Amino acid sequence: MYVAVKGGERAIDNAHAWLAEERRGDPSVPELSVAQIREQMALAVNRVMAEGSLYDPDLAALAIKQARGDLIEAVFLIRAYRTTLPRFAASSAVETAAMAVDRRISATFKDLPGGQVLGPTFDYTHRLLDFALLAEGLPAPAPGTPAKPQPVPHVTGFLNRDGLIEDAPHSEAVPPDLTREPMELPADRALRLQAITRGDEGFILSLAYSTQRGYGRTHAFVGELRIGQVAVEVDIPELGFAVEIGEVELTECETVNQFKGSRTEPPQFTRGYGLVFGQSERKAIAMSLVDRALRWKELGEDFTGAPAQDEEFVLMHADNIQATGFLEHIKLPHYVDFQAELELVRKLRAEALALQEAAE
Amino acid sequence: MTVMERVVATDQPLLKVEGLTKRYGARIGCADVSFDLFPGEVLGIVGESGSGKSTLLSCLAGQQRPDLGRVAYEGRDVLAMGETERRRLSRTDWAYVHQNPRDGLRMGVSAGGNVGERLMAVGARHYGQIRGKAADWLGRVEIAVDRIDDRPSAFSGGMQQRLQIARNLVTQPRLVFMDEPTGGLDVSVQARLLDLLRGLVRDLGLSVIIVTHDLAVVRLLAHRLMVMKSGYVVEQGLTDQVLDDPQHAYTQLLVSSVLQV
Amino acid sequence: MTDEAYNFAYLDEQTKAMIRRAILKGIAVPGYQVPFASREMPMPYGWGTGGVQVTAACLVPEDRLKVIDQGADDTTNAVSIRKFFARTAGVATTERTVEATMIQTRHRIPEVPMKAGQILVFQVPIPEPLRFLEPREAETRKMHELEEYGLMHVKLYEDIARHGQIATSYAYPVKVEGRYVMDPSPIPKFDNPKLSCSPAIQLFGAGREQRIYALPPWTKVESLDFDDHPFKATKAAHDCDLCAAGDSYLDEVIIDDQGGRMFVCSDTDFCAGRRAKGHKGRLWAPEPEAAE
Repeated sequence: MYVAVKGGERAIDNAHAWLAEERRGDPSVPELSVAQIREQMALAVNRVMAEGSLYDPDLAALAIKQARGDLIEAVFLIRAYRTTLPRFAASSAVETAAMAVDRRISATFKDLPGGQVLGPTFDYTHRLLDFALLAEGLPAPAPGTPAKPQPVPHVTGFLNRDGLIEDAPHSEAVPPDLTREPMELPADRALRLQAITRGDEGFILSLAYSTQRGYGRTHAFVGELRIGQVAVEVDIPELGFAVEIGEVELTECETVNQFKGSRTEPPQFTRGYGLVFGQSERKAIAMSLVDRALRWKELGEDFTGAPAQDEEFVLMHADNIQATGFLEHIKLPHYVDFQAELELVRKLRAEALALQEAAE
Repeated sequence: MTVMERVVATDQPLLKVEGLTKRYGARIGCADVSFDLFPGEVLGIVGESGSGKSTLLSCLAGQQRPDLGRVAYEGRDVLAMGETERRRLSRTDWAYVHQNPRDGLRMGVSAGGNVGERLMAVGARHYGQIRGKAADWLGRVEIAVDRIDDRPSAFSGGMQQRLQIARNLVTQPRLVFMDEPTGGLDVSVQARLLDLLRGLVRDLGLSVIIVTHDLAVVRLLAHRLMVMKSGYVVEQGLTDQVLDDPQHAYTQLLVSSVLQV
Repeated sequence: MTDEAYNFAYLDEQTKAMIRRAILKGIAVPGYQVPFASREMPMPYGWGTGGVQVTAACLVPEDRLKVIDQGADDTTNAVSIRKFFARTAGVATTERTVEATMIQTRHRIPEVPMKAGQILVFQVPIPEPLRFLEPREAETRKMHELEEYGLMHVKLYEDIARHGQIATSYAYPVKVEGRYVMDPSPIPKFDNPKLSCSPAIQLFGAGREQRIYALPPWTKVESLDFDDHPFKATKAAHDCDLCAAGDSYLDEVIIDDQGGRMFVCSDTDFCAGRRAKGHKGRLWAPEPEAAE
């Protein structure tokens, strides 16, 4: 006698209730506020904004709370929410040369106009667990110097003046929008950059690392890495001019890469570019290396078969929401297909065994 | 139509090439190459590496686009063809034998499947007949029929090359491009392959353009010869004539360096 | 966030219009994979986001929606998707195939024949039937364009050479109106014949892969085969142990650890309908009250 499994609906509701309980954890421990996450888990918030393609620190912090700290799940929440948002306008291109920099370093010039600004970085900390953080309390205030507003021109601009680096002329072309049009391959650079900036940090990092280890080597120097606030402006057709609607924090990385020259170009340096929401330094550097590796065709380089050079491979596998969905869907029921395979294997085995017996 | 009728049925060239030029920036790939290829004719293109012979072959086979010139196949302008038509031609009337059999075979597919692919591509839908034809062709290229379900990765280099030839010839193409088909093989294996090729070319009345640096290959196979140097054709004529009485200094050098070996 | 915060059937009207354009194009060119700008949905990729977007774009308030996964209305993902539309579109839902105007399905076609006026929406994981023969999208699109399908038959040839028969049991490739080779989604090949000349509209949505394709009513769909190895729709050689049906696709259920098993219809609505009409299988017994 057999009773079919019923009650999927109730099982789901109960599972959700349990999940909510687990999310909260031990109720005797004070609950995290979204503001606490936003302020004290800022780098996690930045990653969720970058890969969620939505600049909203509060929503990103909420998503992290709801996702129990699973950042890919948080990115997913943000992406799904983003789908429902109407699009009012597109901003003008942000002017990163006018960035109010918190951090700005160049690995190619010891000193340069605008200076090296170390900013809040882990770079030279000793990675020793700081047990003082077990206790609550304010850190000693960082010594502050009054900001001297001064222009911080791009390093690549200095090189470009002497023709030492490839020109990157301004273009009025409207870039394709990955979130509004299906990805068409081959993709142009603008589309590639979009896909990489919202791609999974771990994946982009590993690809970039692979280029350094020889799989599509591009000999990159960090020409410049800058982090800071830039103004976002929107053209209002009724007004006839652009209006600043707010500021976003961005990380921009430009690499300077070796180049031997080609049949039309004398030897000069080439560029890789990375631009990511928030303070997302690792991602920006990795992005610029992968960008440069993907440019082999336009620069007349050889395709060596390296994964980071393979546009279709990179673009089709960079998105962690697509990846995690497809990966995890194999835990959904596949009874029907499995049954079909079961029947086939049984049939093939029966035929093979019959043949064996006939032979004996 | 018998083979001989196919060969002599027309005095029109099968392939007519005029002023074909391909540059890589300032460097010349091949320059101002013209020739006619008649049905049943085997044309050898010789020269050392970098002479432009491989560039020329890939332009003729439609893998690269030349900068200048005309290629007409049976009067049809090959360069003006759409990709659909060109690909259709390359799986029916044309065939291409690569130097490295790995480039011309599906290494993950059985020998029978490799030979059958072209048949299936042009619409064969009877398993038994496809398999029968594959078995027949394995026999013709001297591969034991009981290897029909083995993958090419289990074959020796010479067998792989013979399998590639069977895979190409199974649909009875009229024009076959061959890029150093004996390169990378041992001398004894080469001799056997050449012998086989010569028989097939004769029996099927194939027109062949064969690129090689090996003068022994063209002496055995080619009716006519083109000698290339630095992208230009420096000498052409009947094979025996060119090899026995070379006019151009470069050809003389080529011939003498063979004799020295 | 209240449900009123979302548009009818979740997606905004512009997005729906974009998806409808893709569907219409798909219907105009049966079997052709139309690229569309798939949106992030509130369920993961792989859970049927393509099907959900197609359903959302086609739903009207008068619709009666049925959702099945593995043929069953009560599998967790079917429940979840049905709930999603009940919540965001407020449409009526049903478990009865004959009552539904729209059916979203994963991996099955209902046993009861589809009718004119119904829309069947398939969830598709990998829309490209050539994908595992040729991984590159740029190349497979070219192969479709040029009708270069020899490779597909090479795969079938290899199956027969190795196994004596075509060893593809689900997602069995089909040719649509003699032109496009199409992946029918991972339905068992038992369901393939139902695709052909169906009076219903059949729509296929692949969210992660950003493709929509379609079979308009009465489209001829042939399963690829060889003349001397014709396609056969197969199922387990049993009758349903609950409703005694001999012609429905069966799930195998392990009922003890002694190798005991039973076979039941994968289409739960079909099976329940037959039992209601008095058909009794080998192991059928009325559900006891205490079973809840």
